[in-house]
Amino acid sequence: MRPVFFVLSFLAVMGLAFWAYRENYATQAALREMGRLQDEIAGLREALALQRAEWAYLNRPERLRELATVNFDRLGLLPLEPTQFGAAAQISYPAPMILPGDGAFPAITDPVEVTGQTATELAPSPVDGQFP
Amino acid sequence: MIRTPLRPLARILSARQKGENPDTIERENLRLRHEEIRDRGRARAEVRLLFLSLGFLAAFSTIGARMGLLAATEPVEPRSAAAGAQILATRADITDRNGRILATNMQTYALYAQPRDMVDPGRVARELAKIFPEIDPVAMERRLTDGRTFLWIRRVMSPEQMQRVHEIGDPGLLFGPREMRLYPNGQLAAHVLGGASFGAEGVSSAEVIGTAGIEKALDARLRDPAQAGTPLELSLDLTLQAAVEEILGTGMTMLNAKGAAAILMDVKTGEILSLASLPAFDPNDRPNPLVKGDPGDSPLFNRAVQGVYELGSTFKIFTVANAMNLGLVSPETMVDANAPRRWGKFTIKEFQNKNYGPLLSVENVIVKSSNVGTANIALMVGAERQAAFFQSLGFFDPTVIELVEAPGAKPIVPKRWPDITTITTSYGHGISASPMHLAVAYAAIANGGVKVTPTLLHGGVAQNGPRVMTAETAAASVRMLRGVVEHGTATLGDVPGYQVAGKTGTAEKPSRTGGYDEDKVVNTFASLFPADDPKYVLVVTLDEPVETSGSEPRRTAGWTAVPVAGEIIRRAAPLLGLRPVVEPPPVDGLTAVSN
Repeated sequence: MRPVFFVLSFLAVMGLAFWAYRENYATQAALREMGRLQDEIAGLREALALQRAEWAYLNRPERLRELATVNFDRLGLLPLEPTQFGAAAQISYPAPMILPGDGAFPAITDPVEVTGQTATELAPSPVDGQFP
Repeated sequence: MIRTPLRPLARILSARQKGENPDTIERENLRLRHEEIRDRGRARAEVRLLFLSLGFLAAFSTIGARMGLLAATEPVEPRSAAAGAQILATRADITDRNGRILATNMQTYALYAQPRDMVDPGRVARELAKIFPEIDPVAMERRLTDGRTFLWIRRVMSPEQMQRVHEIGDPGLLFGPREMRLYPNGQLAAHVLGGASFGAEGVSSAEVIGTAGIEKALDARLRDPAQAGTPLELSLDLTLQAAVEEILGTGMTMLNAKGAAAILMDVKTGEILSLASLPAFDPNDRPNPLVKGDPGDSPLFNRAVQGVYELGSTFKIFTVANAMNLGLVSPETMVDANAPRRWGKFTIKEFQNKNYGPLLSVENVIVKSSNVGTANIALMVGAERQAAFFQSLGFFDPTVIELVEAPGAKPIVPKRWPDITTITTSYGHGISASPMHLAVAYAAIANGGVKVTPTLLHGGVAQNGPRVMTAETAAASVRMLRGVVEHGTATLGDVPGYQVAGKTGTAEKPSRTGGYDEDKVVNTFASLFPADDPKYVLVVTLDEPVETSGSEPRRTAGWTAVPVAGEIIRRAAPLLGLRPVVEPPPVDGLTAVSN
């Protein structure tokens, strides 16, 4: 019994050593990969920050004002005026649609065309008992 | 375990036969048994102690070895735990209230040299001088060849300049990455932002520190790595700030003023929506402070916060509000306004030696801006209560706004309050405060008598500050201020639909030689709008303006600060989303007749 036990524990030690060896290298590879990814994230964030800075620089009020002045012929942009405020009542709404009968919706007599979808996609049959 | 009996029968019997005491045998056996127990226990304890000491030895040597290892190795950032903003921890951005960037960071490079590795220092010096105009080739060559091993050449440079340095191709020129603070809007809100520069510098990095404004006041928050990902949101509105600065700049040029300042503040939350001081500077390239002359003339000087001026007649409303609050007068009370009034050896006169008297209602004292009337009301109030009221409005202490310049701008208040001081301070002379102080005090009136604390940070909620006057007093004061704009000294500031209310103030500047300069004035217009439910306070200050469209130059606030403030309100109110109150359209004469 004892020799079997010794052999088994020796094999277990060898197996664990092999596992630890592999884990060690896998961890180092993961750390390297993470370092690479973090460098990439940092680089992308830097690029993003630069884009944002450039966006802010190109949209600075001074430049927009100059552009609005230069392109006044085409755009006709002026500073916001108090007179540009209006009440909702001042907006002319589109005239209400005139419907046949006494305001009821007309009966649908023509077939309704539905494109891009087959009939089965439109209505999943409850027989399947499953949704896609 | 086999135990030896304490009284073995054989020995007891034989002892009895011999006539001995059998108890001695028992005692002897008991003693032997105790000794045996003791020896066994001792041996076991010794083994345990040995194990324990071995355990401690192992533990302490592990800790000691680990400490030694930690002390001896180079520090490394924890690679597996870094996440989120910590990957690229930079100084936090600053944005306006809508998230538009006011300050951000840009990756750039610093240039340094290691002359030992340099191939041809003479050529390098000449080429560098071509790229960077401030470099003197002769001095640079001398520095590159005097035996030093390390030399900084440029702190930051543009990508184009960096490419040209690359093209020199000398191995002794090296680049170190740098984080540079960038203000994409240039001069906009320069006094709020302040500026930033480098602190401790190394080859691979340098710390960015705030040098002025909010960058310095909130430096710790901006540098905190835990908050690097969240931008600092200011209460400023970029669009509004641009509009205010544009109009203020135009007004300053048209009126030949030396400087100008404007503050737009939300009266409920205390948020500063716009804070402008002209002339301004570019925080990307912050100029050096003046080494001689008046520091107040430097563009770095923040007139809105640091500029401590006598604010003149804008103070009259405080005197009147105090008297109304104490129940001494009502808006209709008639007071003595007979000018000129003599007080001891002093004479109190009105503007252009007019006389609004003999009697004037309290409301008209404000509308016509009567010095004598205000002085008489102040004498009814008395020195002690007047000083206490000014103190409650915050005129005795620096403002608490988040700018590093704010704590230094202490108002100049009289040390003693004899009656003549009571009189002069009642109309804003002999007491100096910044436009920010004035905005805070007017905000208290506009906010129904409750004081608010000004702030530059977004996200403010309606403040529940100390009450400095009753709501009725505040409402009556606003009505009087509205009267000033409707038919008083500030009619040019009336913006149709926005019911501007306010008070003008013209103060002559103290001259260097003593006394006052007659043609050097500080004009102020402190206003609030809309008058039926005040939401915003606007303070405009112009330094030494003069209006020259008439036959003789005019220097009163009604002709200078008021029109500028009116234009600012006309532009700013729609941007604030304020709907104008529609006034009935003028009746068309022709239609009226035909009907």
